[in-house]
Amino acid sequence: MSDNLQPRGSDDTSFAQPLYTPIKRRSFFMYAGATAGASALVLAGCSKDSNNATPSLPAGNSVTSSGAISLGSGDVGVLNFAYALEQLEADFYSKVAALPQGILTGSEYAYFQEVAKHEAIHRDFFKAALTRDASGQVLRGLTPKYPAATFTDRTNILATAKAFEDLGVAAYNGAGKLIKTPAYLVIAGQIVSVEARHAAYIRELVTPGSFAADDIVNATSGLDDQKSPTDVIVIAQNFITEKLDASTVGK
Amino acid sequence: MDFFKIIDQLSEVDADVLGRFNSRRAVFGSLGTAAKRSALAATPLFLGALFQKAYAGTAATGVEVLQYALALELFEQDFYAKVKASSPYANASAADKAAIDQIKKHEDSHVTLLRGAISGLGATPVTGVTFKAAVFAGLTTFKSGAAATTQLGIAQLLEDTGVRAYKGRAGELLGTDLLTVALQIHSVEARHAAKIRDMRGQRAWVNPADDLAAHPVYTSGVTAGSTPAAFGLVVPAYTAASPVENNTTQSGVDIKAGLGATYTASDAAAAFDEYLQVAEVLDNSRAGGLIGA
Repeated sequence: MSDNLQPRGSDDTSFAQPLYTPIKRRSFFMYAGATAGASALVLAGCSKDSNNATPSLPAGNSVTSSGAISLGSGDVGVLNFAYALEQLEADFYSKVAALPQGILTGSEYAYFQEVAKHEAIHRDFFKAALTRDASGQVLRGLTPKYPAATFTDRTNILATAKAFEDLGVAAYNGAGKLIKTPAYLVIAGQIVSVEARHAAYIRELVTPGSFAADDIVNATSGLDDQKSPTDVIVIAQNFITEKLDASTVGK
Repeated sequence: MDFFKIIDQLSEVDADVLGRFNSRRAVFGSLGTAAKRSALAATPLFLGALFQKAYAGTAATGVEVLQYALALELFEQDFYAKVKASSPYANASAADKAAIDQIKKHEDSHVTLLRGAISGLGATPVTGVTFKAAVFAGLTTFKSGAAATTQLGIAQLLEDTGVRAYKGRAGELLGTDLLTVALQIHSVEARHAAKIRDMRGQRAWVNPADDLAAHPVYTSGVTAGSTPAAFGLVVPAYTAASPVENNTTQSGVDIKAGLGATYTASDAAAAFDEYLQVAEVLDNSRAGGLIGA
């Protein structure tokens, strides 16, 4: 990812602070006592402690010891993982779609209006599916953050869109095998190819002829990129205020 | 329980078993800390999980899906080979030629990859799946003219069908590394489809405003009872036609009005690509009508 996609001026301590609860945790261990007793209680203690510390989270958004929101495990984890990415994409495109005309060319502007709808649909669909199938474990609404110049010129908008679309494709490709329910796999497959179509088109806008260039599709194997959920979140995290933990996705 | 002794005994009846594990070291590396290894390696649970992993997707169904994928890739490969040898291609712009060359390169890679995987699973890869020469002879222009009679018009139908075809069998590879490979090919096919559409002045995704939107590939579900040409492939039974591309209901959710916001039918349909079952892909209205000598 290029330098201009790195977030600028993000303040890690300010947003993470409410999720850390040093005082509560310390007092808990004081009560728990020493050595054997403490270690036996650590798991239960952490979980309870975290829930108390984050009353704004809906049930199911448990927080790891590092203060991150766990995306959950099993298929719910995969769906929440996809929901997190679609939230980010939908937010990005809604902001692009709301820009005044002139930053993008006329045809690009029209194109982004449509893509914004697709991504909003993906986001809303995952929320609806999760609410139906895993009520209480739906990831909360996230707060995207962007480098300062993201929306000011065409180059930055296209570069960010390209990074998001390629990342989305790699994310779905990598998470597919973690899915256990065939119906979810079909839906993920129905969405990832639309993301790949977006990615190819955006790439053409950035560099004509790069729709499936060797930097994204392996020149020897002919395979598109794929990334594990934890690797994807490391990258996506640069654009999301809340700290996310994908270590249990699909497990 | 001597773990290596079991592996060695197994390799006597299945010479490939060691190849199925990445390596002995990788097997133990995946176990985590040294403390866990000695405890876990001796348990039946671990052995069961290990063998399940080693053999996952290598059952008959995995080979069948790969053969199906290979047949479609051979078909596409031959189509683009025919395009590249034709005079319309020779007269195309440099940018369009470069795009076709890149797509052909990927189809070649997919053929090689799938052949290797099928051979590796002990089966003989399918051969001789070609684009019907008589049909190709009718494609006299690269992209101008009536959409479905130009080379790129057919390319668009083929790529969109390929994307749908991979989706239709992904479920049979659930949970295996073969699925990851299939998905990685699948998204490349979607990139191809988007580019071909772009070259034709169409939107990158399937939508009702297409010049080909009324083509049976996008509008007709095929019902059971059709007689697909099956080059030695297993065609799974099915009872209901797959959704057509203007479908606006996914997983029982009405995308237009069921999401807390209102979306147009066009956006609802475009946001999801649909899947196709084998008999539908091989039906005469789709690839089946184009496969042959």
